[in-house]
Amino acid sequence: MSFLDRTARAFLLTELVQGLALTLRYMFKPKVTINYPYEKGPLSVRFRGEHALRRYPNGEERCIACKLCEAICPAQAITIEPEPRDDGSRRARRYDLDMTKCIYCGLCQEACPVDAIVEGPNFEYATETRAELMYNKSKLLANGDRWEAELAFRIAADAPYR
Amino acid sequence: MAESQIQSYTINFGPQHPAAHGVLRLILEMSGEVVDRADPHVGLLHRGTEKLIEHKTYLQATPYFDRLDYVGTMNQEHAFVLATEKLLGIDIPIRAKFIRTLYDEIGRILNHLLNVTAFIFDVGGMTPLLYGFEEREKLMEFYERVCGARLHANYYRPGGVAADLPAGLLEDIAAWCETFPKVLDDIETLATDNRIFKQRVVDIGVVTADQALDWGFTGPNLRASGIAWDLRKAQPYDVYDQMDFDIPVGKNGDGYDRYLVRVLEMRESVKIMKQCIAKMPNGPVKVEDNKITPPRRSEMKTSMESLIHHFKLFTEGFRVPAGEVYAAIEAPKGEFAVYLIADGTGKPYRCKIRPPGYVHLQALDMMSKGHMLADVVSNIGSIDIVFGEIDR
Repeated sequence: MSFLDRTARAFLLTELVQGLALTLRYMFKPKVTINYPYEKGPLSVRFRGEHALRRYPNGEERCIACKLCEAICPAQAITIEPEPRDDGSRRARRYDLDMTKCIYCGLCQEACPVDAIVEGPNFEYATETRAELMYNKSKLLANGDRWEAELAFRIAADAPYR
Repeated sequence: MAESQIQSYTINFGPQHPAAHGVLRLILEMSGEVVDRADPHVGLLHRGTEKLIEHKTYLQATPYFDRLDYVGTMNQEHAFVLATEKLLGIDIPIRAKFIRTLYDEIGRILNHLLNVTAFIFDVGGMTPLLYGFEEREKLMEFYERVCGARLHANYYRPGGVAADLPAGLLEDIAAWCETFPKVLDDIETLATDNRIFKQRVVDIGVVTADQALDWGFTGPNLRASGIAWDLRKAQPYDVYDQMDFDIPVGKNGDGYDRYLVRVLEMRESVKIMKQCIAKMPNGPVKVEDNKITPPRRSEMKTSMESLIHHFKLFTEGFRVPAGEVYAAIEAPKGEFAVYLIADGTGKPYRCKIRPPGYVHLQALDMMSKGHMLADVVSNIGSIDIVFGEIDR
């Protein structure tokens, strides 16, 4: 760039005008922001959100208290106490999940041999108190009942890759 | 009136200052508005990651690496899985290598987009940050589609990657590669030639090539000082040796050069991503050795042997032969490395993490001495530090 050219550009505020023209162009472009509670961004079937414990279609809970999720959890957020039920099957008496410890790594759902504990598509479960984030078995099962249709779809859609 | 002597005084910068890029606390000794000494105090985000990893199996340890440099997360995992694979003495399938290379470059763009635009924001330009975040959002969607999380991926595993790319993802990434350079052009239009930006960064925080070597600089900060050192070229890992790309090198080692090197690196990253997509081979994405990677779920549910492997892997993990290994990768911020000592059990004996940001932060005093207070902010922005990895 010659001296004359550089001086002319400096005096005419070329780069500033170019920048302003650019931002003006952007003003007339369609907006990229979304109106959050009413509009939401896309989620894939692999999204790892709030946990849920699933049931079999006949209503029997899937979890057999094998404790694989408890063993693999890097944050040690899961506590399970197994018990033999009256019909002789092994089930969890206690399945506690501390959502404040959980790091949402997805290892629990990878470890689960019966697809019982899953991380669902729900990410809107903020609470007002810390105590509400200490999930127990009934809360997790209720999540499972609420999201079952979507959870089953997600697992089926992602099965070829697992 | 008698002459009065101005004494140097001390001010506290951060740890809640928005320009401190996290939780940096600086003790600045000032004489007037000129910095005499900048003393960074680190440790406010210390979580004991290295110690925690000693009590985790190799599979459980990978998520911890996402939480070091939380801007481009998969690159950190890469160093750890490379170290583990070296100790195990395994070679991963070629498709996994391509996927890792592709996602390393996505991570690099994620990091540079945030750093470059936040740097411009630090010195007064707000608009590029908004454009940058729009693109980051799209990249994080690519992260989310492949691993299920936008930031804390936990996607790379010793022996490959967690799951194959879902159908249609490569096409979408290829489409994004076509549109992204235009956004980069827009960001450059707003900043590169802008006189206000240049007044704040040109000749600020100059690091000569010798100084950069003495202070242990790596990555874009070193390259901005004129030394063409890039681990992707110097000791290629995965499939970087098959990629055709250039290393942008700066000349003056000031804040402006560091900015330019990062912008050019993003363009090179797009080039690498396109090559990865074009050459992406088919095949398995993890080692087909069920002693190291879990069996397929369908197999696990029907075969007793696979179920036993599954249980063994998720309870005690795989055993890694005793030995020591140093694995370094070219993370977006510089040389990120893991020094791993294995004692033959399922858990690492020691895992030392070498974060690039820690090394760069120590040079802040040298870079800021004699500059104005406002230039400290510009220097912090230009050396690209994230406290997750510095305090770890």
